[in-house]
Amino acid sequence: MENLNSISDEKIIQDLLPQKFNRSGRIWTGVLIAICLVGVYAYYRQLRYGLVVTSMRDYVSWGIYISNFVFFVAISLVGSLITAVFRLSRVEWSTPLTRIAEIIAVAAIIFASIIIIVDMGSPERFYNLFIHGRVQSPIIWDVIVITTYFFISILLLYFPLLPDIKILLRYKETNDNRFKYLAKFYSFLGSFWKGTPEQFKLSERAINILCITIIPVAFTIHTVTSWLFATTYRPGWDSTNFGAYFISGAFLVGGGGVLVAMYVFRKAYHLEKYITEEHFEKMGKMVVLLALLYLYFNINEYLVPAFKMKKSEEAHLTGLFTGEFAPLFWFAILVGMILPIIILLFKRGRKPLPVFVAGIMVVIGAWFKRYLIVTPTLLHPFLPMTNVPDSYRHYFPSWEEWAIALGSLAGALLVITILSRIFPIIPIHETLTEQHETAD
Amino acid sequence: MKQENNSRREFLLTGLMAAGVAVGVGCSSKKNVFESGADETVIASGKKVKLLSVDGEIIEVDEAFLKPVPELPAVSNSEARIGIGGKKFVMVIDLSRCKNLRKCQEACNHMHHVNTGQNWIKVDPMREDEHTAPFWQPTTCMHCDEPPCVKVCPVDATFKRQDGIVLIDSDRCIGCRFCMAACPYSTRAFNWSAPDIPADIAAQPYSCESSVPQKKGTVGKCDFCPDMARRGELPHCVSACPNGTFFFGDLNQDTVSNGAETFRFSDLIKDKSGYRLMEDLGTKPSVYYLPPVNRNFPFESGLETDTKEKK
Repeated sequence: MENLNSISDEKIIQDLLPQKFNRSGRIWTGVLIAICLVGVYAYYRQLRYGLVVTSMRDYVSWGIYISNFVFFVAISLVGSLITAVFRLSRVEWSTPLTRIAEIIAVAAIIFASIIIIVDMGSPERFYNLFIHGRVQSPIIWDVIVITTYFFISILLLYFPLLPDIKILLRYKETNDNRFKYLAKFYSFLGSFWKGTPEQFKLSERAINILCITIIPVAFTIHTVTSWLFATTYRPGWDSTNFGAYFISGAFLVGGGGVLVAMYVFRKAYHLEKYITEEHFEKMGKMVVLLALLYLYFNINEYLVPAFKMKKSEEAHLTGLFTGEFAPLFWFAILVGMILPIIILLFKRGRKPLPVFVAGIMVVIGAWFKRYLIVTPTLLHPFLPMTNVPDSYRHYFPSWEEWAIALGSLAGALLVITILSRIFPIIPIHETLTEQHETAD
Repeated sequence: MKQENNSRREFLLTGLMAAGVAVGVGCSSKKNVFESGADETVIASGKKVKLLSVDGEIIEVDEAFLKPVPELPAVSNSEARIGIGGKKFVMVIDLSRCKNLRKCQEACNHMHHVNTGQNWIKVDPMREDEHTAPFWQPTTCMHCDEPPCVKVCPVDATFKRQDGIVLIDSDRCIGCRFCMAACPYSTRAFNWSAPDIPADIAAQPYSCESSVPQKKGTVGKCDFCPDMARRGELPHCVSACPNGTFFFGDLNQDTVSNGAETFRFSDLIKDKSGYRLMEDLGTKPSVYYLPPVNRNFPFESGLETDTKEKK
C-alpha cells in the first residue's frame, strides 16, 4: 500500500466510509430481497404441506438443502483463513481483505444454520436438540461447533470494528446525512470505545485469542460436517479422507469467494487504491495453492476406490465418471479446480478481471461439487431400490427446493451487502495505522 | 429340559393365538404374557374344545384351561423404551419359501397405516451375479444390536431396547433423516407429507410399540410388532405369510415360530446355515436368513406379483 502514503488521513477516511447505495446497488438489493421472498414463500409451502414439496424421498433423503448447508459451512471457513491464519503469520497485505472475509464468514454461518433447520422435517421440535441431545450423534457435535464458530466469527468481526465505529461516530456530528439513521446503532455498538491505549491493548489481546481459537474451531466445524457423511457406511461417504478433503475444499471455495467479493467491492466502492492489483496477484496465488491441495484430495478420494472398484462402490463411481452424473462431475472438477488453476498460474491471469472470473468458477464449481458429494451416494444403496414408486429412484430438486436454496444464497449475499452498507468494508483504523507505520 | 419344553409349548400356544383363537395361558395377573401359568391350579371341567395345534393336528383341550386374553393396557412410552423383560427377539426369514407374494407387506402396511407407495417390508429380487441364482429377499428392519441409526440420532428418538428391538418415538423425532442415511439396509421410510390415515387413528396418542399413528415430518420403520409380542402374538408379517417364510421368537428361549411350525432357533440356523445381511459392517442384525436352497417355488413364480402390480 505504498501508494497510500501520498493520501491524507482525511481522504482515506472519506474513501472508506460506508456509502449509500447507488442505483445499481438499490437494484441489486431489491433483486436479492425478491429472491429471498420467493424462498420464504416456498418454505411456507413446505411448512404447510411437509417435505413432500421437495423431490427428496426415502432413498434420496438428503438433497440440495444439505449440499447447500455444506457449501455454506465451507465458505464460512474463509473467515478463519484470511483473518486468523494470515494475522497470526503476519501477512500484512491481507489487512484490506480481513473484513470482507469476516463478513462472508458471518453471513455464511448464519445461513448454514438456517438451511439446516429448513431441512428438518419437524423444525418446531428444534428444542429437542437441547432437551434430549445425545453427545454421541455427530449432529450434536455440529450444533455445538457451529454455534461456537458463529460467536467467535461475530466477535472477530466486532472487535476490529470498534476503532472504526469511533471514526464513524465522529463523522455523524459533521452533519453528514449518510449517518442519520445509523448513528444510534453505532453508538449502541461502540460508544464505550474511547480508543485509549488500555482499550487497544485489551482489544489486541482479545483478537489474538480469538484468532488462535477460531482455527481449531473452523477445522472442527468442517470436519464434523464431513463426518455427517463419513460416519455412515455408504459408498462415496465411507472414507477416512473426508475430513481433510472437506477442509481443503472449504478453504478453496472461501478463497474463491474472497476473489469475487474483492473485485465487486473494489468496483462498486471505487477502492482501487486500497484493494490493489497486488492483492489480486497474491490472492490469486493463494487460490492456486488451495485448488491444487483440493485437487490432490480429490484424486485420493476417487482414484483409490476406483482402482479397487469394490462392488458396492462400482455403481456410484461409474455414475460419476461416465454415468448420469458425469457431466456435472467433470464440470465441477474442470471448472471448480483445473481451469482456475490454469488461469491463475499465469501472471496475466492474476489481473483483477481474470481473477474475478476464476473466483466465480471456483464458487460455482464448489456448489455443484457439494451436490455431487451428497446426492449420488444416496441413489446407490446397498440393497436394490424395490417396492417404491418410480419417483423415489431419481432426484431432481423441485421448484420449492431451488427457491429455498437460491433464497438462502441471496440471503447470504444480502447480509454481506447490508453489512458492507453499514460498516466500512476495509478497516479504516488499521489502514491508517499501517499507512503511518510505512510513512515512518 | 422340562423347563424348555414348557417354554416351547408356550410358543406353540402363542402361535395359535396368532391364528385368531382367543385363548390365553392364564397370565392375566402377570405382566409378562410369555411366562407360563404352571403354578396355577385349574380344575378340569370335563368339557373339551377342539383346537388346531401348530403341527397341524386337531387337539382337544379342556375348556377350563382356556382363558380369554385380557385387554392389556397400552404401555407408556417410557415403558416402551425399556422393552419386554428377559426377551431377545429374533426373526428368521427362510428364503426358500418366499415367492414374492408380499402378503407380509400388505398386512404390515395395513396394520401400521403405512403411506401409499411406501413399505416397511420390502421384497427385493436379489441376484449377486449373472451366474448366480436369483431369489426373493424380504427385508424388515434388522433391529441391529449395533444399530447405526441409534448411534447417529441426535435426540434419542430412535432407540434400542433391552429386548433387542429398535423403535422410534415419533413424538420426539425432529426429522433430520440422519438415521436414514446411516441405515445400510435402507429400511426407513419418512413421512414426507401428513400420513393418509383415518382421522380417528390420527387423533390417537402415538405409541412407540405399535408405531401408530405416523406423523408428518418424522421417520417410520418396521418395529417387530412389540405390541403383538406383549399380547403373546406374532408380528403381522409372520402370521400373514401363507408360505411360512417368517419365523419370530425369542433368542433366550431359543425358539422361533411362524405360527404353524416351531423350531429351536439354534438348530434351525445350524441345520440350514443361517446368516445375516452385511455381516461385514458389524451392525449385528437380529434378522437371520436361511439360504434359498431346496426352494418351494421357482424364482419366476414371484414375477407375477410384479407384473400384476405394474398393471
